[in-house]
Amino acid sequence: MRYKGILGKKIGMTSVFDEKGRMIPCTVIEAGPCFVTQIKTKEHDGYEAVQLAFDEKRERSVNKPEKGHFDKAGLKAKKVVKEFKGFDLTQFKLGDEVKVDSLFSLGDVISVTGTSKGRGFQGVVKRHHFGGGFRTHGQSDRERAPGSIGSSSYPSRVFKGMLMAGRMGGEKITVKNLTVVKVIPESNLLLVQGSVAGHNNSYVEIYKEQA
Amino acid sequence: MEKLKLVEAMQMKTDLPSFKPGDTINVHVRVIEGDKERIQQYQGIVMARRGAGMGATFTVRKVSDGVGVERIFPLHSPRIAKIDIVKPGRVRRAKLYYIRELASKSVRQKTSA
Repeated sequence: MRYKGILGKKIGMTSVFDEKGRMIPCTVIEAGPCFVTQIKTKEHDGYEAVQLAFDEKRERSVNKPEKGHFDKAGLKAKKVVKEFKGFDLTQFKLGDEVKVDSLFSLGDVISVTGTSKGRGFQGVVKRHHFGGGFRTHGQSDRERAPGSIGSSSYPSRVFKGMLMAGRMGGEKITVKNLTVVKVIPESNLLLVQGSVAGHNNSYVEIYKEQA
Repeated sequence: MEKLKLVEAMQMKTDLPSFKPGDTINVHVRVIEGDKERIQQYQGIVMARRGAGMGATFTVRKVSDGVGVERIFPLHSPRIAKIDIVKPGRVRRAKLYYIRELASKSVRQKTSA
């Protein structure tokens, strides 16, 4: 189960060399600093969680209910808010800062959740890795066609879940078991081996993977 | 974007000599055998340079015992101990892929100043 986590922003990808001189592809994430905006308790809310907020929001785009919520923690309004379970609640009070290095260190195994890039309406070859039809042998407009989608009078319908063309991407994707390559606390950066869903500057949730 | 550059800057070498395609260079490569490390020299003509930032590489070609050898090095690799410029060259191309087809004499003529 994924639990303790932090919010961040995907900066982009680059590569670093490890101690053996091997090139490691990695994603740079600006992780935090997050601030505690609410603490959910068993008595009051029926479950335990810490609500974290990340990234400064322009003052003129903050509405009154938002302002009130952040005022309670003595903070300026933030762009993203998310609850995380598994924290020891006694360690936190409203308005506390949570930084990357307090949670993650070199070699940690983490999971990163993000929203994948929206691809729009895509055909079955791209969306479901269909093989398409023949390119030659007298074919015309069959190259990326889906083929048959079922039989005729029985069952007289298309089965549910049939893979077809449609909207692709823009989904919530979690990439599990990524390794932390580097933590740079001064600039709140986290380097993760491998790729993470989403375009640059998109928001991600970074979870500690329970050993 | 600046933050990405910041991460790269932490690893990038600043003491690299400026060499270009056509130059003859000597690359000192760290070779790790078991738990011992030694330096191996690799001398040849720079055929190409490509990429920017951490991903930049260069290709060095030499003819070893009549067999052409091309090695591609990541420019900022910690396995490269040192790069010496043996002889500067003068060429009219950025990528010298055509020297693969040339005899060694005409390679010399093509890359000499």
